[in-house]
Amino acid sequence: MLRKRWLKIVLFLLCLVPCLYLAWRAWNQDLTANPVEYITHFTGDWTIRFLVFTLAITPLRKTLKLPDLIRFRRMLGLFAFFYGCLHFSTYLVVDKFFDFHEIVADVAKRRFITVGFTGFVLMIPLAVTSTAGWIRRMGGRRWQLLHRLVYASAVAGVIHYYWLVKSDIRLPLLYGFLVGILLAFRAVASLLNRRPAAVPVRTPLRDNP
Amino acid sequence: MLIRKPAGIRYSEITPKDLYFNRRKFLAGIPAAFLGAREALAPSTAAATSLPNVQKSQFSTTEKPNSYKDVTNYNNYYEFGTDKEGVAGNVRKFQLPAEWVVSVEGDVAKPRKISIEEIVKLAPLEERIYRHRCVEGWSIVVPWIGFSLSELLKQVQPTPKAKYVAFESYWDQRREPLARPELAGIAFPYVEGLRLDEAMHPLTMLTVGMYGETLPMQDGAPVRLTVPWKYGFKSIKSLVKIKLTGSMPPTTWNMANAHEYGFYSNVNPQVDHPRWSQATERRLGELRRRPTLMFNGYGDQVASLYNGMDLKKNY
Repeated sequence: MLRKRWLKIVLFLLCLVPCLYLAWRAWNQDLTANPVEYITHFTGDWTIRFLVFTLAITPLRKTLKLPDLIRFRRMLGLFAFFYGCLHFSTYLVVDKFFDFHEIVADVAKRRFITVGFTGFVLMIPLAVTSTAGWIRRMGGRRWQLLHRLVYASAVAGVIHYYWLVKSDIRLPLLYGFLVGILLAFRAVASLLNRRPAAVPVRTPLRDNP
Repeated sequence: MLIRKPAGIRYSEITPKDLYFNRRKFLAGIPAAFLGAREALAPSTAAATSLPNVQKSQFSTTEKPNSYKDVTNYNNYYEFGTDKEGVAGNVRKFQLPAEWVVSVEGDVAKPRKISIEEIVKLAPLEERIYRHRCVEGWSIVVPWIGFSLSELLKQVQPTPKAKYVAFESYWDQRREPLARPELAGIAFPYVEGLRLDEAMHPLTMLTVGMYGETLPMQDGAPVRLTVPWKYGFKSIKSLVKIKLTGSMPPTTWNMANAHEYGFYSNVNPQVDHPRWSQATERRLGELRRRPTLMFNGYGDQVASLYNGMDLKKNY
């Protein structure tokens, strides 16, 4: 079922919905009293959400025993990068008007921008090497190690959010919690793999009577 | 673009059509306080009434006021949630108490409990177009209506012991279910404070209206403070208590985060917030940010209050 071609198309369109929603609101001039802030927050929200979706694929495919979910991970990851680009370019173009001097000062001075910028920059090599060609070129092992940078990106995103809110930390904490359990799952899984076979391991021979 | 009309024409006469018709629709909700009617009908936020006999003020800026729509749909009023765009919706169900009294007490010779009807008649109403700068880095220009707080303070006669003025905002957990520290990140009731000379300064305003009408709930109905040279969170909304005191009073944002929000909180482009710069601001309605002015542009009138003070230490 998960192998159906049209499923990827549907997912692609769903991933575009937030962007289309934003465009629709812009069309209706309904971007609130502070449009730049609204667009920045909206695109930032969807960046961290897509990072959470991407990180959720592996725990879901392991616990639900649905290995085919892997087919959607790249798309979700690239959409995280897409919304991250929108978020960063809103800041770059609209907020700062390409004033690089100001931007450098910002990145140096405002910690939350430093960590946000870091989180975004870490996604760039992941987007570039997202293709099957690159997996071949780098070899699976090296590719997998590189793509662990997504953990750092997600954590940076949470800290970025936490450091920019005035007092209401509920959403940053929620994303922190979600990223936390998704990373904890991997930590636990990796620990369990390293243990000697005190835990009985199922092999095909043993399963077939 | 809001074209400034010659003196004498009120904002209510150039109010957008839909707002004008909404006021008609909610005429029944006009507070008993303002009309002197017998029924204690509390108003919904749409039922603003026109304020009569409002004079022009020498304190007004020539800058263009923001639209009424912007000023009423972008509010930091955490009693109604921390989402700035959501406050307007969340106040819809809120009913202002029919009787509103501000208690003026503490180190004064003549403490009194003054009703909103008495406040409106205390001194001639002026329209003061003030700049309003939020600590977050955005700003607006609002045509407030009221008079100098000193008019009220003079009447209650502060004693020599009084050095500061403490303010307290309305808080009712039942009527304001979102007004909880775990949801908002700040404690309630919202409190603020000024030094006595700051409170007595002519610019400090006891505000009862805006745009020619009474205040909507999201902007601090029925009476609030407006201190234009300080960050907006010091302009406490929905006043219920004014207390003269000898010691520096606690202020909500300072209690929430003393490192980031000081007692004075004067608008100062040279003193950054620990996490962001205060050198520029975004005026709502404009695309590019603009440089922030020292004391929000009111330096000529207020700088002398801080002679000799290290404004980096006393942020």
